[in-house]
Formats: sequence, C-alpha cells, structure tokens
Amino acid sequence: MPTSEKGRISATRLGVFVLVVFAVVVGSEALGAASPLGGSSVVAQVSASFGGRLLNVTVDGLVVGLIIALTSVGLSLIFGVTGLINFAHGELVTFGAVVAWFLNSGSWGFRVALAIATPIAVVAGGLLGAGLEKGLFGPLRRRRVPNVSLIVTTIGLSLVIRHVILIWYGPQVHKYRDYAIEIARDYGPVSITDVKLAIIIISLLVLGIVGLFLTKTKLGTGMRAVADNRELAEASGIDVRKIILATWVGGAALAALGGVFQGIGFAGVSWDLGFKLLLLMFAAVILGGLGTAFGAMVGGILIGVSTQISSLWLSTEFKLVIAFAVLILVLMVRPQGILGRRERVG
Amino acid sequence: MPADVLTALPRIPGIPKPDPILVADGVHRHFGGLVAVDIDHLEIQRGTITGLIGPNGAGKTTLFNLLTGFDTPDAGAWSFSGKNLAGMSAYRVARLGMVRTFQLTKALMRLSVIDNMKLGATGQTGERALGALTPWRWQQQEKEIEARAEALLERFTLGRMRDDLAGTLSGGQRKLLELARALMVEPTLIMLDEPTAGVAPALTESLLVHIKTLRDEGLSVVFIEHDMDVIMDISDWIVVMAEGKVIAEGRPADIAANPMVIDAYLGRWHGEAATPEVEQAIVEHPPGEGER
Amino acid sequence: MDLVRSLVDAIRSALGTSAVMFALAGVGLNVMFGYTGLLNFGHVGSLLVGGYGVAITVNLGGPLWLGVLVGIAAAVVLGLIYGLPTLRLREDYLAIVTIAAAEILRLLTRSSALEPITRGVFGIQKFANAFYSLNPFPLGSYGIWRITWSANTLWAILVGWVVVGLSVLLVWALTRAPWGRVLKAIREDEDAARSLGKNVFGYKLQSLAIGGAIGSLAGIFFAVQTQSVNPDSFQPLFTFLAYAVVILGGPGRVLGPVVGSVLFWFLLSFTEAILRQATLAGFIPSWLLTAQEVAAVRWVLVGLGLILLMAFRPQGLFGSREETLIDAR
Repeated sequence: MPTSEKGRISATRLGVFVLVVFAVVVGSEALGAASPLGGSSVVAQVSASFGGRLLNVTVDGLVVGLIIALTSVGLSLIFGVTGLINFAHGELVTFGAVVAWFLNSGSWGFRVALAIATPIAVVAGGLLGAGLEKGLFGPLRRRRVPNVSLIVTTIGLSLVIRHVILIWYGPQVHKYRDYAIEIARDYGPVSITDVKLAIIIISLLVLGIVGLFLTKTKLGTGMRAVADNRELAEASGIDVRKIILATWVGGAALAALGGVFQGIGFAGVSWDLGFKLLLLMFAAVILGGLGTAFGAMVGGILIGVSTQISSLWLSTEFKLVIAFAVLILVLMVRPQGILGRRERVG
Repeated sequence: MPADVLTALPRIPGIPKPDPILVADGVHRHFGGLVAVDIDHLEIQRGTITGLIGPNGAGKTTLFNLLTGFDTPDAGAWSFSGKNLAGMSAYRVARLGMVRTFQLTKALMRLSVIDNMKLGATGQTGERALGALTPWRWQQQEKEIEARAEALLERFTLGRMRDDLAGTLSGGQRKLLELARALMVEPTLIMLDEPTAGVAPALTESLLVHIKTLRDEGLSVVFIEHDMDVIMDISDWIVVMAEGKVIAEGRPADIAANPMVIDAYLGRWHGEAATPEVEQAIVEHPPGEGER
Repeated sequence: MDLVRSLVDAIRSALGTSAVMFALAGVGLNVMFGYTGLLNFGHVGSLLVGGYGVAITVNLGGPLWLGVLVGIAAAVVLGLIYGLPTLRLREDYLAIVTIAAAEILRLLTRSSALEPITRGVFGIQKFANAFYSLNPFPLGSYGIWRITWSANTLWAILVGWVVVGLSVLLVWALTRAPWGRVLKAIREDEDAARSLGKNVFGYKLQSLAIGGAIGSLAGIFFAVQTQSVNPDSFQPLFTFLAYAVVILGGPGRVLGPVVGSVLFWFLLSFTEAILRQATLAGFIPSWLLTAQEVAAVRWVLVGLGLILLMAFRPQGLFGSREETLIDAR
C-alpha cells in the first residue's frame, strides 16, 4: 500500500529525529554527570569486568522483559481479537499482585505460601477478565459502541480499579512475606537470586505453554485466526464469542502472574504497580506487532533487556525513553513491528 | 470524434497515440520478489474512454497508484499533458487534473453527501487557514460550489440525499457519489477503478451514459473493469494487462478475439512472448484441451 | 448533611481554574483528534512547554506577555516536531512518538543537566506577579450567592474563560469554513482527500500546530494562575483525562470539550463533596470509608461515570449517534 512507500522515504527523517532526541537525552545525562555538583545519573561503578556486568545486566533485563512479556500478551491479543486498546490492562497486573499479597501477608486472617497464593491470584485474574468481558465489554460491543468511546471506557475502568485497589490495599508499598530477603548465588560470572531465577524459569515455561496453546490447540489457533482476520474466521465457523472470552480470561490471568512476579522481583507491591508498567507494555506490544501474542513476547523481552543494558550508561529514570527509542528504531525498519502482518501498515 | 483516429492504429502493445494525454515509459514496480508492474510503454489518447482489463493481480490498480502518485515506482517516467509526474505527490497530481477513484469506495462516511461533493472543488479560498478566518472571502465561492455540486448530484440522481451522511447510502450510491465528487475537481483525465462494481444494473446503465457524455464533453477516461459487457459497450480503446505487462491493445472487437487475451485470463501460456508461433499454437490448441 | 454546600463546591469547581485548564486543553486536543483524527497522546507536552515557556522567560528577566508568546511558539514548534517525522507513516507512530516525546520533555525538565534553566524537580515559582498586578478587583471575596472566590482567583478565572471563549471562537471560525471540512475528510479517509487535491500532510501539520498552541494556553494558564511549574504536574494521565473530556463532550463539536470539562469537574467535585459530607455527618461509617479515602472513592465514581456515559451516550454530549454507528473503526 502506498503509505508504506512514503514511509520508506520518511524513515530517514524519523531516524534523524530519533537520533537527535537520543543525543539530547544522552548528552544531558553526560552533562549532568560531568557537573561538579554531581548529577542525578548513576554512572556505573567500575568494579567488575565490563563483560561480567553486561551479562548480569542482561539477565536482569531478562527478568524485566519476561514480566513485561507475560503482561503484554493479553494486551496484544485483546487488541487483535476485539480491536480494543485496553488502558486498564495495568490494573489487571496490579490486581494479581495485590490478591497474592493479601493471601500471603495474613491480613485476611490466614497465611498462604506465595507459591500457592500465586496460582490463586492467577485464577482470580482470569475470573476478573471473564467478568469484564461478560459484564462490560461484551454488552458494549453488541451495542455497537465505537472503539474510540471504548477507549474512554477503559480509561474510566482503569480509574475505578486502580482506586478501588488504593482504598482496599492502601497507598503504602509492601513486600511479600516470602522471598523478602534473598541471597544472590553465583553461576559463573552471573549473580542472581534464587527467586529471580525461578521467575525466569517459570515465565519461560508459561510462555512456552502459551505458545503451544496458540499453535496446537483449537481454541488457541482460533484466537490467532480471529486476531488475523475476523470475518474470515467467523466464516470458517469459529465461535468468535467463545474466543473473545477465552482471550480475556487468558490475558488477564497472564497479567496477574506478571503482577506477582513484578511484586516479588522489584520493590514490592503498590496500588499503581501495573499503571507504572502500562507505557512499557504498550511499547512492547507495538514493537512486537500489534495483535500477535508472540510479538508481545519478543517485544517485551527486547524492551526489558535493552532498558536494563542501558542502565550501564544512563540513569534508570530514562528507562522509558530507551524503550521508546528502541521501538522507534525497529519501526523504522519494520513498520508493522517485529512479527506484525505487512498489511496492517498504512 | 477523437476515438476515430484510433481505428487506423496498429494493434501493438505500447503503440503511440496521435494526441496522448498520458505517457508512461519503463514503469517498473516490484514487491519483494513479485513483479507487480512492468510497462515498457503506454500512451492514452486524449478525449477517449480507455478500458484497462486483465485478470486479478495483473497490476492494474498498482499502475493507477503509480501514475497518480499514490505509490512510487522502482523505475520509470511518465507524464500528464506533457508534465513530468515523477516524484510528484498524489495531491499535486490531482490538482493538475488527473483524478482517480478507488476500488474500495472512499466515500467520506461521516460527512454529508453535499459536503463530500463540496470537498471536490479546487482552489477554495476557505480551505486555507488564513482564508478561513475571513468568511466574506469564501462565502461567495461556497455558494457557487454548492450550486455546481447540487447540479452534479441531480445528474447522478443523488439529489434527494444531499444532507444524508454518506455512510447511510448503499454501496452503489456511494460509487456514484465518488464519481460525482471526482468530477467536482474538474479533471481533464479521470481514472476510475471498477466504477460499476456493486452498482445495480439499471444504475450502471445511466452511469455508462454519463461517462460517454463526459467523454463527448472532452474528458479523457481510463477505467479498470471486470465486467466484459461494460467494457465492450463503452470503450473506445482497450488495454490488456497481465502479470504487470501490457499484452494487448486495440478496439473492443480486436480484443475479444485476441488469443493472448483469452489465454491471459485462462492462464496457459504464462509469460511467453506473443510470437506468431505461440499465437498459432494457441489458435490450434485452445486452452482446455490436453494437459495442464 | 449539607447538600447545598456540596452543590456550591461542585459549581465552584466546574467554573473554576481546573475546568478552564481542561477546557483549553480539550479544545486543542479536539482540533487534532476530534476533527482531524490524529492520535496525539503527548498533548500534556504542549502544556509543559507552554507553562515552562512563560516561567523561564520571566525568570530570565523578560516581561510576562513575552513569556506567553514564547510558550505558544514553543508549542507550535513542538507540534511540528511531532508531525514532521511521523505524519507520513501509520497513525500508531504519532501516538507512540507523541507519548514518548512528552515523557522525554518531562524527564529532561526534571533532569539535573537542565537544572540551571528549569530548576529540575523543584520547578519555578512566583513569576506571574505582572498578571496579578493587573487585577482590577481589590482584595476580598467575590461571587454570586455562596459561590465565591478570592479577588486573585476570580481575576484568573475571568481571564481564563475569556481565553477559552476566544479559542472556541477561533476553532468555530476555522471549522465552519472549508478548512474544517478538509480536516474532517482527512479524519475519514486521507487517501480520498489526497485524490481530491488536498495537501493532507500540510493540513495535519496545521492541525498539530494550532491544537498544540491552544493546548499550550492551558499550560500557560495553569502556570500563571498557580504561579508555579513543576515537571511532575505534566504526566501522561493528564492526556488520558483530556481525551475523556473531549469524547465526553462529543469529538468534533466546537463546544464539546468546554462542556465536557465543566461536566467532568462538576462531577468530580460533587462526588467528593457529597462523600465528605456523608462521612462527616456519619451517614457513611468510618470503618467503611475514612475521610482520607474519600479522594480515592471520588475517582472510582468518576471512572464509573465515564463508563456509564460511554455505555448510554457513546457519541458524547454533543455528538451524533448516527455518526458513531457509521464509525468504521
């Protein structure tokens, strides 16, 4: 289609723009570091070898990236299957983290080990997803509410859920009781805590299962078919309503899992844990290709790894900037995203 | 009649025309490994109706896109009334007087029919931001445009629906609207992409009458069409494309009997040059006989 | 329980400074999104450059009116920066680039490197004395019935609504003209617009520039009225709420964002006031809801309100249901 051709020409302009922005950002960081009063940037300590640090930072990035991958799969599939951009997806993430916390912390009178609380939180997340589809988005779609108005609905929903959680859970940040203090073990040059290693392994396993589900099962392939071409899928006799429900349940469940991991791995559980991840999730989804689950996985991992690696040179507050820079650079070369379909361009 | 000069022309693909309004040279476009358009030479005679036919995937719409600036070719030069169009953006091409319609109708759905039409007029002072802020300058022009639009709508039997949103019209009515809107631009060459697809037969009849009248009034028309009856009915000249190339040109009668054309649609002798031997072979062994 | 008091608070808020700010931001966003269909998700960035433009100019010794011009000019430039590299590409690009650019602006403003100019996380304060020195109202309280404001706030509000009125007038004049028709055509189908000889790229740039300029007025108003700018006042959430305000009022309608903003702030304050009254009066027991949690409940109710409104009137207050039913997307 024509627009992608025009895109060919303007990619250079976009590239120049990105490089200029990048230069400004990096430059200001460097200036800040060079200032005699010291800057807000954290210049990496020259202690271990660079290769060792790079490896460690990459592994850290893998943790971040896998969590973003888990939480973004649902976001991408929901868009692919229903055309909805879910601004409330961050709250589904927070929901999982918070439910697990309540079970684990003993505030409800009993304590559950986190290893058990997590699957319960995932199920709860799935139920919430089902409830939202059956009770809200399904009916609205049948009333033919346009997508633009649905965006406002998700904005409203995100306000509701986020503040209900705020009331219910409170504004403080709590850590889970389990895994609060972990010792990092050394695996050659890489140093990582047991729980973060577990997160990596479990996430890879779960994503692998999701991948198998999407490629080998009838429901999963149906999901991909609907995301790819809804009319064609419907014409082939696929029960689209069932698919949509399954997408919401699965997407919300994965988001909940990601939320628990985020709570374990980084700074603890807070009411806006998911909201803070939202922009990174959007970046991951678009990077990987809107509407594809595998794209979200790849996009998430890429963003996680690149933002962590960048922390060797830039202060962490620029994480989001790096994520977007990576996103824009990839889109220059492949406007539909890494795994996106060509036709979606222009 | 301008079409009469065509009768004497040899029926060779790429044959120059006595008074061409559009000339294309060496226009090439590929997508990945697939060649979409590969035109050595093509000329369109001014003031005639030229039909552009060919099987699906022949490159007809791509050619439209390339010639009108909606796509950029990998190579080639083309000119409109002598003006070189290479590198010109689509809107400039339209302003020069070469207007195209789209295979999937682009009626502006949430605008009213009359607004769709008024949009077509060029040179509107009110369309510039500063001009917009001085209403006394564009209001008179607006009245004139509206009168012209209403007249055209009447001609296309869309007058009753002037204030309806375009999205409420039927598919065929929207096709008519798109054509009427294109005429508001006052083009010298109009490129129609399947203008009768989805239009009811009765409406198609009147549509064809309109197009012929426009041709008589001096408008040059190129149109892509799959309906052979329509093509044979109104074309002064037909260009046949297959696999990105022009494989035949001629008057309707010539094309109907042309074995290369028949073959292009039925697909037996892909890509072979139209040598006399090949043509003879096709005549002796029509498609359908034997293997393949 | 003082229902009247709640109503008074709500009206004060609906006519007050936040409503003005959101109205201006909304009118600007409406030009870009409502009329042209551009997904600018970095709108808060226009407010940031507007507010900081004023603050920095005055801080460097310039007069206030120059600061205002600088703010507006900066937003126009920002609009062009948003548009030039991205407008020929897919629409998602604009959304991504704008949201990223706005966050980059905020982070840069916060950063230590630019601290000499922007004062980093501390922000800039007390730069709008020139504005308040023009205040014709002597010290005191003014208003109708029980809806009162201090002299300075009243002055700001009056000037603010006049600016809202002027920007609405500008948008009205532009959009009733053929110029507005082209924007709407671009929104519906840009290739169709191109095929009719319209310079789509140019119009989109104009839309971003004008929408951004009006948005910067919101930032300027905020900065002058509060006499303070601070990087963390300009977060993405603001842009999301601005979208809500525009869609609430009806996108592509001249008065939509204004009424949307007034309604939004009325609801926000009314629910807060009612809740506060109810907890103080004991209607809502404190074990269920403490006074501190009222703020959160307010947002819950606002969110619910948005959801309900979109369910029962998805076209917004001024929008046309017929149009939304046609909405291809």
